[in-house]
Amino acid sequence: MWWIWVVIAIVVIIAFALVSIYNGLVRKRNQVKNAWAQIDVQLKRRYDLIPNLVETVKGYASHERETLEAVTQARNLAQQVANAGAGERAKVEGELSSALSRLLAVAEAYPDLKANQNFLALQEELTSTENKIGFSRQFYNDSVLRYNNQTQVFPSNIVAGMFGFKAEEFFETTSEVEREAPKVSFS
Amino acid sequence: MWEQIRANRIRSGFIVVFMGALLVFVGFALGLYFFGSAEAGALIAIVVWAIMMLVAFSQGDNILLSLGKAHKIKKEDHPRLHNIVEEMTIASGLPKMPDIYIIDDPAPNAFATGRKPDKAAVAVTSGLLQKLNRDELQGVIAHELGHIGNRDTMLMAIGSIMLGTIVILAYYGSRVMFFSGGNRRSSSSGGSGGAILLIVALVLLILAPIAARLLYFALSRKREYLADASSALYTRYPEGLASALEKISGSRTQLKAANNATAPMYIINPFRKKGMAASDLTSTHPPTSKRIQVLRSMSGASFGEYDAAFKQVAGKRGVVPASTMAAVAAMPLREASEEADKAADTEVKRAREVGDVLWRKNQYRTIDCQCGARLRVPPGIKASNVRCPRCGTVHQL
Repeated sequence: MWWIWVVIAIVVIIAFALVSIYNGLVRKRNQVKNAWAQIDVQLKRRYDLIPNLVETVKGYASHERETLEAVTQARNLAQQVANAGAGERAKVEGELSSALSRLLAVAEAYPDLKANQNFLALQEELTSTENKIGFSRQFYNDSVLRYNNQTQVFPSNIVAGMFGFKAEEFFETTSEVEREAPKVSFS
Repeated sequence: MWEQIRANRIRSGFIVVFMGALLVFVGFALGLYFFGSAEAGALIAIVVWAIMMLVAFSQGDNILLSLGKAHKIKKEDHPRLHNIVEEMTIASGLPKMPDIYIIDDPAPNAFATGRKPDKAAVAVTSGLLQKLNRDELQGVIAHELGHIGNRDTMLMAIGSIMLGTIVILAYYGSRVMFFSGGNRRSSSSGGSGGAILLIVALVLLILAPIAARLLYFALSRKREYLADASSALYTRYPEGLASALEKISGSRTQLKAANNATAPMYIINPFRKKGMAASDLTSTHPPTSKRIQVLRSMSGASFGEYDAAFKQVAGKRGVVPASTMAAVAAMPLREASEEADKAADTEVKRAREVGDVLWRKNQYRTIDCQCGARLRVPPGIKASNVRCPRCGTVHQL
């Protein structure tokens, strides 16, 4: 009869291992979802700041129409694809970032604009929002890396396959301009 | 992050268990001496510890903050600091942004407190805000949030209470022993056996607080390295923290609000002496020069790369738990942010900025006169108007 107990013990151990692996996968997937929500919050914050910025710059540099329009267009496009997947969204947001940094480079040439209190406050907000986008993307990608590793390595890949845990997409910047200058400079 | 917390718990668990054992030993010694029963003494020691624990936790998380003239700030008080804390909260993935306090003290320092990550607070001194640029401040804040995320704040709170209990018991126990002399209640052990017992108990009472303090400091030093590693991971820019540590350690002013129990909470040891090789066992913090050296020789931002840099500098085994390193692969560093070396971001401007916050927090009223002078009116003033000392304009209050 002793072998029955051995079998029972093995079954119990395997069951425990399965449950803990499953819970680990769920926890990591939830972290990915939370991180994604955080990116979303910061990107929306940037959409809200841009009209203000465009208005303020327009008051001092109205003949930079092309640059201003490019930013507005990129923002509207980004807002339209707001429900798309991480890969596509990252591309559009990268374009918005580079349009923004062009606008802020243009603003350099206007000393009156740079002395404007409203512009200075917007500058701190926009710098910080760019940073927050960067950091939330960083946290998201770290979370995705950990989650994807878990779905691919043995033995948790078996559990992942059984319960349909799929690998998640990274949020990667594809725009060359943004990769070169991830920070917005106002100086 | 989870792997790291778990590894931390195991390592720190050992040290806390050691301290707990010391506490019980002290109880044994006292009980044996006074009541002739070791168990009763140990029980009393544990009860004293539990009471101190309850008192500390029921007083809330603000003991540290109430000690040091700390002012809680909102976003509009100091937008840059608020934004940096928010950025680092995002980077570290903490569930909730900690409260922010500014301490009115010219010595640059910072600490984190709070039992749980969702009830945490960070405090920075006005001197720190004045000295550091954006990248450096970010490094320091990331280090403090690292303490919160790694559950160090809770651990150090438990450790410091245990240390306090051992010190108090041993101190009063040995006092009473000395002055009550032969008037022992215990009659079960007599003759030479009693004398040996007395000596053993006395030695234990003298050694226990020292041993407990060393353990507490060892615990603290390990946490500092790990928080440094977390800072590099969150900011992807170890140079920020390195240069902040350089500036902070170059300062000669001593923090007024610090004491022995709270010292491990600060980013840099508030009691350090100039020129002292602080690598010995009695320091709460690792030597700052070594911390800077490790940060500067990092080739990437991950824990694995911090560990490699540490081995290279110290030539010993690493400080980061192995299970943590496997989790995350190599991570590239970033460049210095451009606003950090901006000409407008000067020390004078930063000093004014934080000065304004503190005047406001102390309920001073600020009046900008048209001649360019700035008047600070203290709270509770009786007069209905003030005269500008420079141009003589009278301002209504």
